[in-house]
Amino acid sequence: MVSNDKVLSILLEIGEKIEEEKLFLTELDNVIGDGDHGINMARGFDAVKAKQPMMEGKDIGTILKTVGMALVSTVGGASGPLYGTAFMQAGKVMAGKMEIGMEDFLAIMDAAIAGVQQRGKSTTGEKTMLDAMVPATEAMKKSFAESGDAKKALDDGLAAAKEGIEYTKTIIATKGRASYLGERSIGHQDPGATSFTVMLEVIDGAI
Amino acid sequence: MKKFINAVDQVENQMIMGMCKAYPQYVKKLDCGNVVVRSNKKEGKVALISGGGSGHEPAHGGFVGEGMLDAAVAGAVFTSPTPDQVYEGIKAIATDAGVLMVIKNYTGDVMNFEMAGEMAEMEDIKVAKVVVNDDVAVDGSLYTVGRRGVAGTVFVHKIAGAKAETGASLEEVQATAQKVIDNVRTMGVAIRPCTVPAAGKPGFELGEDEMEVGIGIHGEPGTHKEPLRPVDEIVDHILDKILGDLDFSGSEVAVMVNSSGATPAMELFIVNNHVADVLAEKGIKVYKTFVGEFMTSLEMEGFSVTLLKLDDELKELLDAKADTIAFKA
Repeated sequence: MVSNDKVLSILLEIGEKIEEEKLFLTELDNVIGDGDHGINMARGFDAVKAKQPMMEGKDIGTILKTVGMALVSTVGGASGPLYGTAFMQAGKVMAGKMEIGMEDFLAIMDAAIAGVQQRGKSTTGEKTMLDAMVPATEAMKKSFAESGDAKKALDDGLAAAKEGIEYTKTIIATKGRASYLGERSIGHQDPGATSFTVMLEVIDGAI
Repeated sequence: MKKFINAVDQVENQMIMGMCKAYPQYVKKLDCGNVVVRSNKKEGKVALISGGGSGHEPAHGGFVGEGMLDAAVAGAVFTSPTPDQVYEGIKAIATDAGVLMVIKNYTGDVMNFEMAGEMAEMEDIKVAKVVVNDDVAVDGSLYTVGRRGVAGTVFVHKIAGAKAETGASLEEVQATAQKVIDNVRTMGVAIRPCTVPAAGKPGFELGEDEMEVGIGIHGEPGTHKEPLRPVDEIVDHILDKILGDLDFSGSEVAVMVNSSGATPAMELFIVNNHVADVLAEKGIKVYKTFVGEFMTSLEMEGFSVTLLKLDDELKELLDAKADTIAFKA
């Protein structure tokens, strides 16, 4: 089990990692989108950091909801509502809880995926963050059901997310501004799938 | 980058404040952010809210006032505003009749406005939306997010705004707005790109003798580059695309020749000279023409042509009184 304090520190670490990857994410977006993904996400996690005092000692549901609200109100563009919704839906699952286990985390991922699908009216195979989130979650579920080992499940999930990024290189974007590029979007990885994988990598590293 | 600004992170805020100081009779700024609302809120009618990224001035703040919008939300330059910003705007203008959101079709704009609408509904504010997608340049197939919303949005503001002033219900105003969207088509070209202040460099490059065809309104490249030609030929191409997309034959239209920011009135009139001739030749009757800056892209040099197919209802609403900074009727 992971405590509320640990969850908060992981979220802040995600912010640091996003800041480090800011230019990389923005460059990916430059090629097939409007070139602001890294800048916008870094601005969002800056706002998350500013809310740290409000989150300390709170239940995990409140922490995740606060992160979601911060992202929604500062990121803008499409990633703001998508990641914001994902974190807020995750927060609902964890309402009142002070500890999180692997089963909770899988429930969080299901809720986050459902939120992103509903908000973005999208599904897998459209070159979006879902192409990393969905296979990662499926791999974690399978692995955890077989082994009962949370760390192994996270490792397997991360590997699946990375494969998901590779998969986005092979398909045409049909959502977001990249969709106007048609076949010209092939060969480029999706920035949203990449930023999700960055987050999962931090989580996996911290457990 | 050469611009008359103070700091890149103050551009939107100082623009809004300057607008409100210039025209306090029309607009005021909300304390919570870059949202402008009508100076004199009118109760009892459907309220209209629109907006998007900044950089399209006079859109959208310039269209706030009697007979058009009740609020305009300004995000960062070419970036959608956030839901809480839009929500504050909705709360400020909400009446018992409800609020109509006029959204340009961009993934970010649609999601941020929808979230704001959901927040407002939780506060028991009646909210409906329309999404404008008038740009015929980009593919509107199943494999894209659909066409972009561009200058035709101004006709939606005008006509839906007039409908709201008649005391029509939210559903009726929404239906009229949708009728405008179904009958409006736009296409644009550019010969010089614009520079987003925070980016510091132009969004695309063009050679001295080149133009970008099918240009968007965010400094993003269009569908392709072509050698620059006499403007009558460019107008022919634009009208071919528009008239090929929707059957305008035998109908009456409103025409908008819109500057992208840096194209002077002289050239816009030269554009319209040929637009009018071609339409006359094709038996399409021009009911009213609007030439000027309505939906710009910072200092981009370019123009767009918009045609709106009219019926009696739309004509009457187009002629109805509007009194805003940038559009009067």
